[in-house]
Amino acid sequence: MALLDRRSRRKAANAVFVTFCTGAAALAIMTLFAILFSLVVKGVSGINLDIFTMSTPAPDSRGGLANAIVGSVMLCTVAMVGAVTVGVLAGTFLAEYAGLNRWTSAYASIVRFLNDVLLSAPSILIGLFVYYIAVKPVHGFNGWAGALALGLIAAPVVTRTTEDVLKLQAKQLRESGVALGAPMWVTIQKILWRASQGGIITGALLAFARISGETAPLLFTSLGNQFMNLDMTKPISNLPAVIFQFGLSAYDDWQRLAWVGALLIAATVLTINIIVRVLSQEQKRS
Amino acid sequence: MTALPAKSLGVKRTRPNGASLDPVFMLVCGFAATLLLSALAGIVGSLLVGGWPALSHFKLAFFTSSDWDPVQDIYGGAGPIVGTLITAVLSLALALPVAFGVAVFLVEFCPPLLRRPIGIAVELLAGVPSIVYGMWGLFIFAPLFRDIVEMPLITSAPPGSLQEKIFSGIPNGSGILAASIILAVMILPYIAATLRELFLTVPAKVRESAYGVGCTTMEVVWSVTLPYVRRSAIGAVMLGLGRALGETMAVTFIIGNSHTFPKGLFDGGSTIASTIANEFAEASSDMHTSALIALGFVLFVITFAVLAIARALLGAPKHG
Repeated sequence: MALLDRRSRRKAANAVFVTFCTGAAALAIMTLFAILFSLVVKGVSGINLDIFTMSTPAPDSRGGLANAIVGSVMLCTVAMVGAVTVGVLAGTFLAEYAGLNRWTSAYASIVRFLNDVLLSAPSILIGLFVYYIAVKPVHGFNGWAGALALGLIAAPVVTRTTEDVLKLQAKQLRESGVALGAPMWVTIQKILWRASQGGIITGALLAFARISGETAPLLFTSLGNQFMNLDMTKPISNLPAVIFQFGLSAYDDWQRLAWVGALLIAATVLTINIIVRVLSQEQKRS
Repeated sequence: MTALPAKSLGVKRTRPNGASLDPVFMLVCGFAATLLLSALAGIVGSLLVGGWPALSHFKLAFFTSSDWDPVQDIYGGAGPIVGTLITAVLSLALALPVAFGVAVFLVEFCPPLLRRPIGIAVELLAGVPSIVYGMWGLFIFAPLFRDIVEMPLITSAPPGSLQEKIFSGIPNGSGILAASIILAVMILPYIAATLRELFLTVPAKVRESAYGVGCTTMEVVWSVTLPYVRRSAIGAVMLGLGRALGETMAVTFIIGNSHTFPKGLFDGGSTIASTIANEFAEASSDMHTSALIALGFVLFVITFAVLAIARALLGAPKHG
């Protein structure tokens, strides 16, 4: 009898546990879908041609997000060019040259740790730092500063993935380079980088997805601009800052534009993530 | 074919063409690595230098006083510092059980048909920018929260009771608890995705043998899966905490932005990140700027400590 009691107690406890987990999953997924749903409903109704052709308006007048979209694309592109260059080289150092001798391996483990710190440092602090080196000295908010801040957020991501992918490459690849009589740097560039191309592109795309929605560091580096501006030495408008400013405003039409902007960013990020998934699945297959 | 050591064959390798560029390439790579290192050093340095005037002027009062008054140029950062800690811990407490449930559900008893779509959805949502969560919090969540949670709880509280004390504040949908909930929603997919990945590292044999001796699902999770990944799981949770601590946009929209000490869960508050985001571009005096940067330094120290612990747990010999 006692045995049966214990068994039913265990069964009951398990039933509670299973219900809890299923409920948690249902709750989480419903919340997350509610977010996407309201984003689509609120955002899609505001989309029209003006969004892509006109600049941000004054309250109660016609306008779109063209300047912000162009600005965001510019900032992210410049940031990614810098981040990929630095990230791939730094990742190569960590993966290929760290084992050279005692000093390089000690140095590499320091860089690796600090790269991790940079990876998860609050983005707003990176903005503060860039304000100090690229805004204050020239007495004005400017596009370069914004791109630098975004680049500093993206570079650690690229570094990390590059290192990971390079380390996955077979030793035979390196030996084949040596067998062909190629110096190390040619082996790395022509064989190893090419072999890890897919992984590095994946990392870069993920980094791009991350910075395209980044708002905090832009608030006091690139600031924002009501007008279309292609000059990187002046403040440049960007989607996240517009969303922030318009979303917190009291004007209905500004808030509508903020929703459209949020939808655009979320759609971009989700698309990139899906591309990454497809890419990495194809790699696994081949 | 096994490679023979070159020495044993008595063969010497000639230097390949262009080998003289090897050190150059290595230096270029090393330089890139050094750039990252100096960026971090620059962050710490600029925060310390920029925040020093405020820290040395207000000394300990900067951490103990919540008197934040740009008009009289008096700054005490206790409000935002405490606000940061409270929201981060509250959001973690809210998100962790749910994330754990989601991960267990996905690994142990999700119908195979749904497993992939739900897993992918969770991972995709971990990448949605925080400003989107902020917008949703402000426009959709806040009004609902005000009508369904805040109003009933405040009006039903008997005067002088504990309930009145905890839930004091203005029922406008924004405040400490609302911000924590939004933060929790934001870090939930992140923690759930990491936990799920960790659970999947447990060898199927180990779990199956537990089922084989008659364990229920709950017993398998509690006594086999969790102990197996304990260390890394704590590390993953700490990383989630680090995210919550430094999050800016999701919080700024909804926390209410008041610098005083929050008195209750519905009271407005502020976090370090939200204070900097709101005031930095329009700081009224040098001391104001310096105080904001000093707050940034405090935030850096807190997140660094959390991250260092997370790394120590994640990086140590796996699955201890």
